Amino acid sequence: MTNITTLQEAIQTHVHDGDMVALEGFTHLIPVAAGHEIIRQGRRDLTLVRMTPDLVYDQMIGAGCARKLVFSWGGNPGVGSLHRLREAIEKGYPHPLEIEEHSHAGMTVRYVAGASGLPFGTLRGYIGTDLPAHTDSIAPITCPFTGEVLTAVSALNPDVGIIHAQQADRQGNVGFWGIIGVQKEAILASRRSIVTVEQIVDEFDPRVRVVLPHWVVSAVAEVPGGARPSYAHGYYERDNDYYREWDVISRERESFDSWLQTTVMQPAGV
Amino acid sequence: MVADISTAAPTPAYTADEIMTIVASRELKNHDVVFVGIGIPSTAANLARRTHSPDVVLIYESGTIGTKPTRTPLSIGDGELADTADAVVSVPEIFAYWLQPGRIDKGFLGAAQIDRWGNLNSTVIGDYDHPTVRLPGAGGAPEIAMAAKETVIVLRQNPRAFVAELPFISSVGHYRGHGSRAEIGASGAGPSIVVTDFGVLRPDAITDELTLVSIHPGRTVDEAIAATGWPLRVSPDLVATPEPTDSELRELRKLNSL
Repeated sequence: MTNITTLQEAIQTHVHDGDMVALEGFTHLIPVAAGHEIIRQGRRDLTLVRMTPDLVYDQMIGAGCARKLVFSWGGNPGVGSLHRLREAIEKGYPHPLEIEEHSHAGMTVRYVAGASGLPFGTLRGYIGTDLPAHTDSIAPITCPFTGEVLTAVSALNPDVGIIHAQQADRQGNVGFWGIIGVQKEAILASRRSIVTVEQIVDEFDPRVRVVLPHWVVSAVAEVPGGARPSYAHGYYERDNDYYREWDVISRERESFDSWLQTTVMQPAGV
Repeated sequence: MVADISTAAPTPAYTADEIMTIVASRELKNHDVVFVGIGIPSTAANLARRTHSPDVVLIYESGTIGTKPTRTPLSIGDGELADTADAVVSVPEIFAYWLQPGRIDKGFLGAAQIDRWGNLNSTVIGDYDHPTVRLPGAGGAPEIAMAAKETVIVLRQNPRAFVAELPFISSVGHYRGHGSRAEIGASGAGPSIVVTDFGVLRPDAITDELTLVSIHPGRTVDEAIAATGWPLRVSPDLVATPEPTDSELRELRKLNSL
């Protein structure tokens, strides 16, 4: 049985209303096309998880897909604010958005714990900050060996993990390279997983550094350009101009809505 | 480019951002291992690498170690950072193996707001649950601020940014001063310098309170005090910040034009 399918089919089968969904990617290999397909299929009440929610989460939040956001940094990298995210938090538009806020280090430990089948992970973190007072998934814990008080964070186990990679082979094994972020952990922490790839190949590029075997990936779909405007190392570069343009497009509800209708809501099947 | 700082003195031939970047870059020493954020920290760190400290080791939270970009990246995860790195590791690894145990000499941070103890806010203005302005959040900063051996902070000085009371502590500095940072278990020494567009502040040796120790060319102490939301202490040994040199300015502009 193959896990290779279309993006439309993958989202239809694996992403349901109310799910906790993690679309991961650390600047590189952001699964933007998958996010757009979730918008097109009209998913609602999602808990969106990501260390660095950027444009694609701004778009999903603006389109009304999200009920809650779990994150550590929500901005437009090198540009500024995410206006749809801000409007949801500050004004409850289009829906009120609950937030669960961490630091990057805390989020990575949560993914690693989730991928490891543990209920929590530990770090030296959050010391002297106001984050623990606002976030229930951060708590102190005493080391049983040294007595040192450390910080525990609860594991993340999304219903669905979604990433974009450079390549899959014909068995549906997934390979990627360059900045590898937290994608492996996000997939292994999730109950189901979807990977979009630039290319399905007979044999992996020798630059492949991480391979996720086909039996831990629920669905693989070939979506060339699926990470734009972020980049896919070895395929295309980051469209820095688009990140600056997004600041203008997303600033007003009207310009965002018109972008949504003309760019995303067109017939599916990219 | 025309200088955007107003002063009675002759208009300097550089901008406020340029002198901040240059003064911050002077703080980095050759062979320092520096954890770099995007923006002025990244530009300053690359300026140091291209001028006085060719062997400075730059680490970005995207997992790139010993990266040597030829131009300033827009994001912390640009492809060039990976192409020019000695090693590329995962994001869990960069925080767990490289930052947490104290392998970083200097953490380089910015923020929206700072208080007199060097604590930083990059989370929210107003009430957390009903914010006036929701900022992007802390990102990697809380653990950088905690675990780096020391931190270098770069921030434009004005009463909205330099505040008596932070609405939210995103990253700890000297906490409540008087050595309280060590008592709450922060492993690194905390902010050793705050570089602004008016001058340089350093923590007082006893109280940890940020104190003006250097004033930039064309700026006055009164202006720096007026730009601060608490009664700013001024060091009796206050000095004038050395002017940016021609070569510093030339290299910085080259870096920014790429």
